[in-house]
Amino acid sequence: MVDVMTFAFWIRPANLERLRRAFAECDERLGLGVLLHITPSNVPVNFAFSYVFGLLAGNANMVRVPSRTWPQITAISSTMSRVFESGDHEQVRRRTAILRYPRNDKITADLSAQCSGRVVWGGDSTIADIRRLPLPPRAVELVFADRYSLCVLGASAMTSLPDKVMHQLARRFYNDTYLVDQNACSSPHLVFWNHVPDEETEARFWNAVERVVRDNYALEPIKQVDKYTRLLRDAVELDGNAALCARHQEYLYRVRLKALPNDMEALRGRYGYFYEYHSEHLDDLAPVVTSRYQTLTYFGVSPESLRDLVIGNRLSGIDRIVPVGRALDLDVTWDGYDIIRSLSRFISVSGSDS
Amino acid sequence: MAYNASSDVRGGRTAARERLSGANAVAGFDVASLLDVAPYSLDHVTKSALFAEAMNALTRHHFSHCPQYRSMLEFLGISLDTHHVLADLPPLPVRLFKEFELLSCPRKDVIKTLTSSGTSGQQVSRIYLDRTNAGLQTRVLARIVASITGGARLPMLIVDSPAVVRDRQLFSARGAGILGFAMLGTDVTYALDEQMRLDHAAIAAFCESHADGPVLLFGFTAIVWQHLYKVLRDKGEKLPLRDASLLHGGGWKKLASQAVDPVTFDGRLRETCGVARAINYYGMVEQTGSIFLACSEGHLHCSNFSDIIVRRSDFSIADIGESGTLQLMSLLPTSYPGHNLLSEDEATLLGEDDCRCGRKGRYFHVAGRISQAEIRGCSDTYRAA
Repeated sequence: MVDVMTFAFWIRPANLERLRRAFAECDERLGLGVLLHITPSNVPVNFAFSYVFGLLAGNANMVRVPSRTWPQITAISSTMSRVFESGDHEQVRRRTAILRYPRNDKITADLSAQCSGRVVWGGDSTIADIRRLPLPPRAVELVFADRYSLCVLGASAMTSLPDKVMHQLARRFYNDTYLVDQNACSSPHLVFWNHVPDEETEARFWNAVERVVRDNYALEPIKQVDKYTRLLRDAVELDGNAALCARHQEYLYRVRLKALPNDMEALRGRYGYFYEYHSEHLDDLAPVVTSRYQTLTYFGVSPESLRDLVIGNRLSGIDRIVPVGRALDLDVTWDGYDIIRSLSRFISVSGSDS
Repeated sequence: MAYNASSDVRGGRTAARERLSGANAVAGFDVASLLDVAPYSLDHVTKSALFAEAMNALTRHHFSHCPQYRSMLEFLGISLDTHHVLADLPPLPVRLFKEFELLSCPRKDVIKTLTSSGTSGQQVSRIYLDRTNAGLQTRVLARIVASITGGARLPMLIVDSPAVVRDRQLFSARGAGILGFAMLGTDVTYALDEQMRLDHAAIAAFCESHADGPVLLFGFTAIVWQHLYKVLRDKGEKLPLRDASLLHGGGWKKLASQAVDPVTFDGRLRETCGVARAINYYGMVEQTGSIFLACSEGHLHCSNFSDIIVRRSDFSIADIGESGTLQLMSLLPTSYPGHNLLSEDEATLLGEDDCRCGRKGRYFHVAGRISQAEIRGCSDTYRAA
């Protein structure tokens, strides 16, 4: 359970201490009260992160976990029970409720009516469903909708990259994508090569990825049929604007776009299906980026230039710029929100003038 | 390209050419001449040559007549200037019939549209048939069914409701199946009424006329079990038939959940309905006509009109006995590009030309749908949970 380990690593004392220092100014803050968290059915450890975010912001938390009994959820919640039984964390225990109930609008409405804040992890349809259930007037809501993510590779930095480094990069790219079948909001679908790569560099990168995939990924029949179906659908729908680069013995599909379409975000590959675009100019991205865009992972490009791309062009999307390999690292800043500050209130205190 | 080539046998090609050199139909090869030979007669050498030839011809036909199909092949980099080994011709995933209107004939020539809900929810597949294609389906189905009935048209009891076949322009897969088979019978009688209850009067009349002679029963496996067998059993009744064959298909999934296996099914139908022979068939609405019948050994057989390939996840060809995703080829589809399909069914190739039943051709087993993948990621949290 790699994901449970990732969570355990994230809540280690050193990391929490780092966060405490980063949010030192937040001593002037208090939690909102009681939060209701609706967490995703298909990312089992997400509930634990959401819970800790709520706790760190100073709240009591009701966390609805999926009905499905994921071993990850069982492992984390039983560990929590054991820690609470020791009696050393009574304050925290009293502010904790992990809930499991079948989809039921009545229950969710009752809980919503009592909370000071609601955190909804997406799927646009889920958000639409939950939004119908009213909150108290002062309550805040944080929603994490469907997003789209991409990867920018600097072609010149990748030329003559030593094999070992190339392999490491491929491994990280794999972790961002195949590990979650490219279904996570922060998993890239588009690979934007900044500067046109020479053929050898491009081939070396993808062949390195293919090797990692061969060694680690279970190519299940239904996924493969799905991927192949998507390829043929693209053949019709992208007619003229795309060319199939390679299929890597079915382990990896690459489709090269001649132009970035305005509805780029509709092109979502899964199970190892990537759209590629070659460009001399990062700014080519500007016209297609919408508020749906979330994470940009990069290698061989300076983060400053990417920051300039977003801020200089006042883009409505891309709120996370991280190196390749860190696409899935959930943190207290997510989807453009400062979660700690969003789930707490600031007490402004002014001194008297006299 | 990923379709790993098998070692295609080229030896029988001349013979196949001769066979195909009759009057031709739409795609540049003659399927009609196959109607004159026994439907399970072609051995590997002859058949693989015939199929390589015919599938190349059909692929060229659909490439020229169906714009979307053409885009797909061009995208995959398949050039039709050269002859392709059978296994290298790319199959079309069945789901695409739900997403695109795929026709290889003028819209005005479509006389029948078959629909099927299939695997993924509300969207339906649409299969467009012109007169030629529809006629060929009927003739091939008749030829295949004749292998069990001996060729005579038999009195037929359809275990379903006539309500299913009411709209003659737009057929559901179930309706299309019933109408297709109904054409092969005489005194066609529906055993169920509009509400799917036994139509006692109709059944009694049918049994009275045909109690001693051979009759054909047709229905979907789950419906036969649920609406015929179980109802008779609960009432303690039996059908007074002595020489009935039952042709049934549609999958075992519903019955498996009630722990009913083929042996149990056959036994109960024999006791209750006088079914001397229950014959299971497998087929898909996308390839109506060239169905696969199970033999006395319980194996599904390709006829001369169809062939299969079982593929691994990386689309390489699975060994005999190894399960994989089923690819189906049929010589029939000309008005829509359904001649070479990638299904979402899991199957195992059991052998070729050497089944103990004596039929030539490949025989196989279908296990059901390829299992649903565990979808990872972060969407649809509330609805799904």
